[in-house]
Amino acid sequence: MEFFKIRKDIPFMRHALTFNIISFVTFLLAVAFLLIKGLNFSIEFTGGLIAEARYQQAADVDKIRTALERLGVKDPQVQTFGTPRDVLIRMSIKDAEIAEFTSKNSESGKEEFDREKFRAAVLAPAAPEVTVQRVEFVGPQVGRELAENGALALLVTSLGIVIYLAFRFEWKFGVAAIIANLHDVIIILGFFAFFQWEFSLPVLAAVLAVLGYSVNESVVVADRIRENFRKMRRAPVKEIIDNAITRTMSRTIITHGSTQMAVLAMLIFGGATLHYFAVALTIGILFGIYSSVLVMAPLVMWLGVRREDLVKPVQASKDGAVV
Amino acid sequence: MNRYPVWIYTLVATILVLAALYALPNLYGEAPAVQVSPARATVRVDDALLGRVEEALKAAGIANTGTFLDPNSIKVRLADTETQLKAKDAIERALNADAKTPAEANNPSYTVALNLLSNSPNWLSAIRARPMYLGLDLRGGVHFLLQVDMRAALTKRMDSLTGDIRTQMRDKNIRHAGISRETSGIVVRFRDEDTRAKARKQIEDQIPDLTLVDGGSGENLMLTGTLKPEAQKRTQEFALKQNIQTLNNRINELGVAEPVIQQQGADRVVVQLPGVQDTTKAKSILGRTATLEIRMVDEENSSAAALAAARGGQVPFGSEFYIERNGQPIMVRKQVVLTGDRLTDAQPGFDNQTQEPAVHLTLDATGARIFKDVTRENVNKRMAILLIEKGRGEVVTAPVIRGEIGGGRVQISGRMSTQEASDTALLLRAGALAAPMEIVEERTVGPSLGAENIQKGFNSTLYGFAAIAAFMMVYYLLFGLFSALALSANLLFLIALLSLLQATLTLPGMAAIALTLGMAIDANVLINERIREELRNGSTPQAAIHAGYERAFGTIIDSNVTSLIAGLALLIFGSGPVRGFAVVHVLGIMTSIFSAIVVSRCMVNLAYGNRRKLATVAIGNTSWK
Repeated sequence: MEFFKIRKDIPFMRHALTFNIISFVTFLLAVAFLLIKGLNFSIEFTGGLIAEARYQQAADVDKIRTALERLGVKDPQVQTFGTPRDVLIRMSIKDAEIAEFTSKNSESGKEEFDREKFRAAVLAPAAPEVTVQRVEFVGPQVGRELAENGALALLVTSLGIVIYLAFRFEWKFGVAAIIANLHDVIIILGFFAFFQWEFSLPVLAAVLAVLGYSVNESVVVADRIRENFRKMRRAPVKEIIDNAITRTMSRTIITHGSTQMAVLAMLIFGGATLHYFAVALTIGILFGIYSSVLVMAPLVMWLGVRREDLVKPVQASKDGAVV
Repeated sequence: MNRYPVWIYTLVATILVLAALYALPNLYGEAPAVQVSPARATVRVDDALLGRVEEALKAAGIANTGTFLDPNSIKVRLADTETQLKAKDAIERALNADAKTPAEANNPSYTVALNLLSNSPNWLSAIRARPMYLGLDLRGGVHFLLQVDMRAALTKRMDSLTGDIRTQMRDKNIRHAGISRETSGIVVRFRDEDTRAKARKQIEDQIPDLTLVDGGSGENLMLTGTLKPEAQKRTQEFALKQNIQTLNNRINELGVAEPVIQQQGADRVVVQLPGVQDTTKAKSILGRTATLEIRMVDEENSSAAALAAARGGQVPFGSEFYIERNGQPIMVRKQVVLTGDRLTDAQPGFDNQTQEPAVHLTLDATGARIFKDVTRENVNKRMAILLIEKGRGEVVTAPVIRGEIGGGRVQISGRMSTQEASDTALLLRAGALAAPMEIVEERTVGPSLGAENIQKGFNSTLYGFAAIAAFMMVYYLLFGLFSALALSANLLFLIALLSLLQATLTLPGMAAIALTLGMAIDANVLINERIREELRNGSTPQAAIHAGYERAFGTIIDSNVTSLIAGLALLIFGSGPVRGFAVVHVLGIMTSIFSAIVVSRCMVNLAYGNRRKLATVAIGNTSWK
């Protein structure tokens, strides 16, 4: 079986400008969404309380919401996930201190969140057979550090990749690759901002994993460009890049398809915790194909890559050996 | 050209067998078990204890499926959860029954807890092959993140230093015009220059932790002391260490198997209690404050008759009846002389004169003054030191006061072994937290949710893997099969490595396994595509295979290194779920390089390497040009 039987090189670079304009527009859109709507950070970042409950029958979300509102929770978030019997409730730290949810700890004398009272006051009115599966409480001071560390990880990864590619290829490839892939990252974040999907810690991990993963793409293309510079001595740069992209295309699609299969399995079977993790990976993988090929390659071209940038040192040593 | 020397095949085969061996325990699942661990530092687990445990089980008629002794605990594996509960009761009764006094019953020597133990046969446990260590989100339990209030720790330290300065000034007869704790530091006022210089020298000699600055003028001279940065750091580190120690002691009491108590960052402590569902109880134990009290012994009512009457329930007004640690009955006044709030440190050591083991207590300034007054007025009387926990008191020791004790340094000695001294010091220190703590993060995962999460992670991996393997075999035929086999070898390596390292596997970690497999196939796709291309360009099959692997090699390394950079950044900067993901991701990248390049090449070489005249290879259609 063979999907791609491309006999002639596809002239990608002829349309380089078009691709760059498209990328630039999507990039600007993503930035705009991020600025206007912002990310819907999970409680890991913002602090708050999250409770997961399971009913025997389909849960009455409206009743739970009414119960919460009556007790004074502002704008409560109640939603089902996975099955209609599983409910997820989110509220701010302040709301979690409402008297109906807390009881005095006999030993410390402090008012603390009480699962049983919460169950009785909020969950039981909708249907009495309900169990609290999970309660998470995160204080506000933890979140800020998480965000800072996330940004730091992004920075270190980007720098590390640029340095490595500059060392292995040439600085132009490093710079082009990282621009292309940060463009992916911004677009993933743009999606999360536009749809107001929950941005949690696993999503952050997915974003960084995608960054490392789609750079692979750029590496494969860059590798081919280098090889072509050696083999196709007379060809102009444009042709060399076109040939490199065309001949790695089959591998690009198959690899991404395979990775996407694994991610799809996660999307279907992974449940609530892994849902947005898989969504972020999906977007990253799809845009990764596009950006590493059609953003990175033109950028390398605009940066003025030349045969001498990649081939010269090897050539010199070989010549030396012959003479 | 496509032949490996024998040693490579042998090496790969050995690694595969070893990986299979260490991944094996994961298939056996876990059985209920009872774990016995020492509750005090003085108690040891050894063969004798193992014998006692086995005897207790035999006496109760409970059959077990294996007993295990390791340096820190004894584990007994049982058939089902019902016998597990029975066994726990039997062992608890046998080991902690020799507690004759309420004090001993209150402070058992052993913690007996319910646990899970791998069901794998003993020979696997003998080679240290264990199943993967599951995180809380997979096994259920409670997770707390506690923040230590470092400012309070520093304040406490400054308070005690203020007391020290006061004592120094008094001892050396240096006349000051007042010592006060202000926001800028400890301020000592003086009337003249000479005294200040003298005081400065004295403080510099005796309290090196302070930086001193002169201030004021004329009649109103000042000396301001602030804590040196390194002393600040030391104080904070001490506070954190002490709090972790305290938490350890308290959690021991909960009877949790394998609790995790770790420092996180400079001022946080992570506490994970697998299997615990009752957060309220866990929280109250973590947040509990044990206090120390010093009271006078009621000498008027200490006759044998009075004590006997008190044992029967007739306690005189204003006094309380206790049994001392050493089993002696004792009558103690209700009036409290000093509380543990005044205690700044407790260290084991030796008596200066008799060289007997002793515990050295350090009191703060106020405490020291009270102590001095009380000891002066009560020479030759007994003083009781009580530890109040859970609303109940226990007399730790009741020494006789030999003379006035000033300076806030108190020594408890007499009839103590070195071990007891260090235990008592620990107990007194552990009683109180060095600095208050606050729960900043709390997670509870129910056990059924944990089991579901395992199922979800497993299914994601299984179906993802199956889809990729099926596709590879259809698309690349025999080479696809090799790739799929290499991918399963990768999975095997990864699981073996995770089991061997006992790295915590979480749900994001399981997601990382699935994702790593999806990403690892890239290397084989690169190789297979390269071979096809070489074939299309007219290479002979053998040359094409060789060139395919050779040329793809550099690309595979480059692309994996970039993935590795991202993975390492996540590992360094990530916490919680991100770290769980990163560990597996990084390990997976490393195993995938080996399996995709070496293992798959082995299979290809075995299949094709020895055929001299190879006309075609089964890698799919390459006939079009």
